[in-house]
Amino acid sequence: MIDEELEKKFLDRIDRGEVIEPKDWMPERYRKQLIRMMSQHAHSEIVGMLPEGNWITRAPSLKRKTVLLAKVQDEAGHGLYIYSGTETLNVTREEIVGEFLNGKAKYSSIFNYPTLSWADMGAIGWLVDGAAIVNQTALAKCSYGPYARAMVRICKEENFHHKQGYEILATLMKGTKEQREMAQDSVNRFWWPSLMMFGPHDKDSPHSGDLLRWKVKLYSNDTLRQRFIDRTIPQAENIGLTIPDPKLKWNEQAKHYEHGDIDWEEFYNVINGRGICNKERMRVRKKAHEDGSWVRDAAEAYAKKHSSKTVEA
Amino acid sequence: MSNTQWPLWEVFTQKKFGNPFEHAGSVHAPDKEMALQNARDVYSRRNEATCIWVVPSELIVSSSPEDVSSFFDPMNDKIYRNPNFFKTTGASFE
Repeated sequence: MIDEELEKKFLDRIDRGEVIEPKDWMPERYRKQLIRMMSQHAHSEIVGMLPEGNWITRAPSLKRKTVLLAKVQDEAGHGLYIYSGTETLNVTREEIVGEFLNGKAKYSSIFNYPTLSWADMGAIGWLVDGAAIVNQTALAKCSYGPYARAMVRICKEENFHHKQGYEILATLMKGTKEQREMAQDSVNRFWWPSLMMFGPHDKDSPHSGDLLRWKVKLYSNDTLRQRFIDRTIPQAENIGLTIPDPKLKWNEQAKHYEHGDIDWEEFYNVINGRGICNKERMRVRKKAHEDGSWVRDAAEAYAKKHSSKTVEA
Repeated sequence: MSNTQWPLWEVFTQKKFGNPFEHAGSVHAPDKEMALQNARDVYSRRNEATCIWVVPSELIVSSSPEDVSSFFDPMNDKIYRNPNFFKTTGASFE
């Protein structure tokens, strides 16, 4: 069968809402775009451990420390679910991780912002993971089976991340004046970068067309961003936090919040390597890989020794 | 420095005793013990599994989606394998 016919059949399957599995025929562009999107997503989970890992030794109580440890471990798990899914597209783990370590692959710009106070652990859980849930709940119904299944798993765990973050901020908002200011300052810094997590406006989004056609994306960037804003504002009001957007207002007719302009220059600066922590994140990620090499060597040596014994026996 | 990612293993988990095993995903590991431990850490951090199987990915044999019609074809004309094929003249089989 020629590629055009195969592609038509493929698109018919997409239109019928069928799920595409690794061994099914798929257009090369579909495969490539999925590898790009999924590996970026996986790298983001892995880098996501760094801003929070910073606070494990400085958590204010044993309870918060154990929770934060579990959350950071989840992020590693999420990275691994998605790497595992990406590998079904005929690309090896070495290739995917290699592109990340050599700086070619991108990851979510949100992780290039610093975590300056304990309240940032709250804002990250509530806003950053809150935005991630909106994105990932949509992706859990995407057309590629291994990606969709990884998202179902991740969404269940993100709900814990989301609520523990909110609880951190809620607790601070019941505290002293300084604690309330610390919570508000953190929200002031993380609100706009969280909105940027959904990507450029629909009219400026280069990959959206194909991804929507293939039902990898089911909703546009702006639709998901709006969904996040609408569900988050009442949560902020509930604990007395102010959203740092003077233009924010409820539109009774549309039943949506209207928001002010997003600073896209900042977004592109961070994406293109000029964020506050880009260099630091890559440095730490590479160091972790290098520092772990003796563990990989030891495990491999052990496996070798063990298997040669079995053969002798 | 070792940069290889070790062999790939497919992971199957059983959610509850008595349930069938279901494909969960994959892990990399140098041997079967570590494959099991990695599978537990990645796919059952919240008691999602009561038992785990790991299988080297290269050993899995799968039918191919292109052959779906010819491969499963022999069953298509054997509708008498279904109970609804038979006329039971109103008797109750509940």
